[in-house]
Order: sequence, then structure tokens, then C-alpha cells
Amino acid sequence: MTRFIWHAVRLLAAFLVAGMAVGLAFTIVSLPPASPELALTVADNMTKSGVSHPVTAVLLNFRGYDTLLEMAVLLLALVGTWSLAPIQEMPPVTPVAVLDSLTRLLTPLIMLTVGYLLWAGAHAPGGAFQAGALLAALGVLLNLTGWRLPIDATQCYLRAIMAAGLIAFLLAAANGWVHGMHFFSYPHDQAHMLIQFIETFATLSIGITLFTLFLLGRTAPH
Amino acid sequence: METLTALTLAFDVLLALLLLLTAGFALFGRNLFRAIVLYIAFGLLLALVWIRLDAPDIALAEIAIGAGLTGALLLSAWARLERSDDNQAADESSQSGQDQTRTPH
Amino acid sequence: MVTALLYGLTGLGLFALGLYALITQTHLLRKLLAINVLGGGIFLVLGGLTRRLADNLIDPVPHAMVITGIVVDIAATALGLAIVMRIHALTGHTTLPEERE
Repeated sequence: MTRFIWHAVRLLAAFLVAGMAVGLAFTIVSLPPASPELALTVADNMTKSGVSHPVTAVLLNFRGYDTLLEMAVLLLALVGTWSLAPIQEMPPVTPVAVLDSLTRLLTPLIMLTVGYLLWAGAHAPGGAFQAGALLAALGVLLNLTGWRLPIDATQCYLRAIMAAGLIAFLLAAANGWVHGMHFFSYPHDQAHMLIQFIETFATLSIGITLFTLFLLGRTAPH
Repeated sequence: METLTALTLAFDVLLALLLLLTAGFALFGRNLFRAIVLYIAFGLLLALVWIRLDAPDIALAEIAIGAGLTGALLLSAWARLERSDDNQAADESSQSGQDQTRTPH
Repeated sequence: MVTALLYGLTGLGLFALGLYALITQTHLLRKLLAINVLGGGIFLVLGGLTRRLADNLIDPVPHAMVITGIVVDIAATALGLAIVMRIHALTGHTTLPEERE
């Protein structure tokens, strides 16, 4: 009997989802082309933004609030993960010789790429999120090949690095007040420097936070 | 020129179909490990789509975060679930009949 | 822009697949996969619809929104995995109590 109900629920869900998809498909096809107004506004204000890459300008200048809240969401997820997962010690792993030398070779190369992505964000595809994700990927790679990074959730300096991106963002936003402007408005001559300042700390924070999320609450053996 | 547009259209259709196929197998395939690996492949294909939509920034973020880190997260969680299930099975076979108390930590 | 419309509709298909899997699949890791596929589909709809500008202009605002979305997505996935591990540690199951057969 329960099996029958289960099948009925599946069938009902399939019908509902399919009906909704068809309705949405009609809506998408009948929508007029998107208005280019927003793109033109961004293009008109690019010279004031401090960077020459439009996506970075939107992320860190025009829609800075979004990115600020996003950094806060990352920290919240980390707090949630830490409060749910028990702190355990990672089992030690002996690195295989080939993997060991490969990671020794790859680590500086990946660090170089992280720096490049961070620097490129001002004028080409790249920026803090991509660089931070690559930094986290380096941590994952080192962890999987048997290195045990001294990531200890209870240590103060580590938490400071995790919060650094958010704090740098808030400082840069509050800088507007110092210059008699609104919260989150950058003075034109300082915009480039402020964006670089935020992005550098955000890269570190995002990298460490994403790597710690990957560990799911584990800490290194003492 | 016309053959070129026809070729890119064929490529787009193929990519869209592959995307739906990998997503379908990742969601409804039997083997969970295979599903996660297929999800990573899905993320890489999605990055290709972002390139086709002239969004290289999103493609970079999708490869690094969507496919790479999410995949690593899911795989490590899967491995830990499997390991604890194996330990449990081993415990049960070695000390069957004894009182099984599980501690959360 | 046929390409943009095609990928927008593909995104819709992914959304529907993800939603159906989220409702019907019982394993919690599978549900997390479904949420990720569903989210990717929504991003694709956003990207496809806003790519259909009249001339060959590219709007950077939806790109920035999708990048933000991808990062929020992985944060949600990590939190979800922590919850799944906790459920498994406490009950020994990887499914919700209402959906156990």
C-alpha cells in the first residue's frame, strides 16, 4: 500500500514539474529581448569605477552590497558547519614519492596563478573569487596528497584571516564617510586602490574559508 | 560562413543535450559515486556553455567552484559516509549480539 | 540570438530535472546534487535571457550576479553536507525519517 502511494506521489510530482516547465518555457520564448539599459549605464560609468573590467566593476563597486553580503554568507556557512561537525583529528597519511614531488612542483605554480588571477581581475576575466577558489583548490590538493596543513579551527590568527575580507570590505565602504560621501561610495582617485585592497584580502579569506569548508570541521593532528 | 553558423548551432545543440544527459544520469543513476563524478563532468560542460554565452568570468568561477570544489566536497563527504558504514558493518560482524551504542562524536 | 534562447531553455530543463530529483530522490547527498543542478539551471536561464540584447552588447550585471550565486551555492552545499553528516552520525541513516521505506 505504501509502495502504491509512493508511486502515486512520484507520478504526481512528475506531472506537476512537467506542467510547470512547459508553462515557463512558453514564458521564456514569449519574453521580449532584454533591455540594454543596464549594460549602457555600466558602460557609461566605467571610467569612474577604478577598474577597466566591467564584471569586476559591478562586483566590487556598483553592486558592492551584494558582494559584501556574499562574504558574510560564506562566513555564516562556515560557522554553521563548525557548530554541526565535531572537531576530529585527521588520520595521518604518508605521501607517495611521485605525488610528493609533484605537489612540490605544482604549489608555486598554483600560487603564481592565484596572484595572476587576482591582478588580472582589474582589466580581464578573473578576480577575487576565482583566485580564492584556486587557493582553496591548492589546499584541497595538498590535503588529498597527504600534506597536513596546520589548519586549527580554534586558532585566533586563522579566524582573523577568514574575517579579513569582510572587514576590509567594510573599511573600504566606511571610507566614504571619511570623505563626506555615502557609505560604499569610493572617491574617484582612490577607487582603484580600494578595489585592489578589498580583492587582496577577499582572496585570502575566500581561499581559507572554502578550504576549511572542504575539511567539514576536521582539524590537523597535533 | 553559412556552414560555420550551422556548425556552431550543431555544437550548441550537442552541448545542450550532453548537459541534460549528464545531469539526468547524475540525478537518477543508481551508483552514488558515479553520480558525483558525472556531476563534476556536468559542471565542466556548464563552464563551456558560459564561454558560449560570452561570460568567461562565470566560466572560470564555475570550473573552480561549481565543478572543482563542490565535487571535492561531495566526494570527501561520500568517502566519509562509506568509511563509517564499513566500520559499522565490521563492528557488527565482529561483535554481533553485543550492545551497540553509538556516540555522536 | 538562437544560442541564448537554446541555453535558456536548457537551463529550464535542468531546473525541472533538479526539482523532480529533489522531490523523489531519498538519499540526502542526491538531494544536494539536485539542488546544485537546479541552481545551475536557474543561472543558465538568467544568463540566456539577458544575453538576448538587441545589439551585440554584453550586460555585466547578470554575470556578476551569477558569480555571487555560485559562491552562495557552494556555501549552501557545504552547510547541507555538514547537516547530512550530523544526521548520519546521530541516526545512522542518510535519508529523512519521513522517506524511509
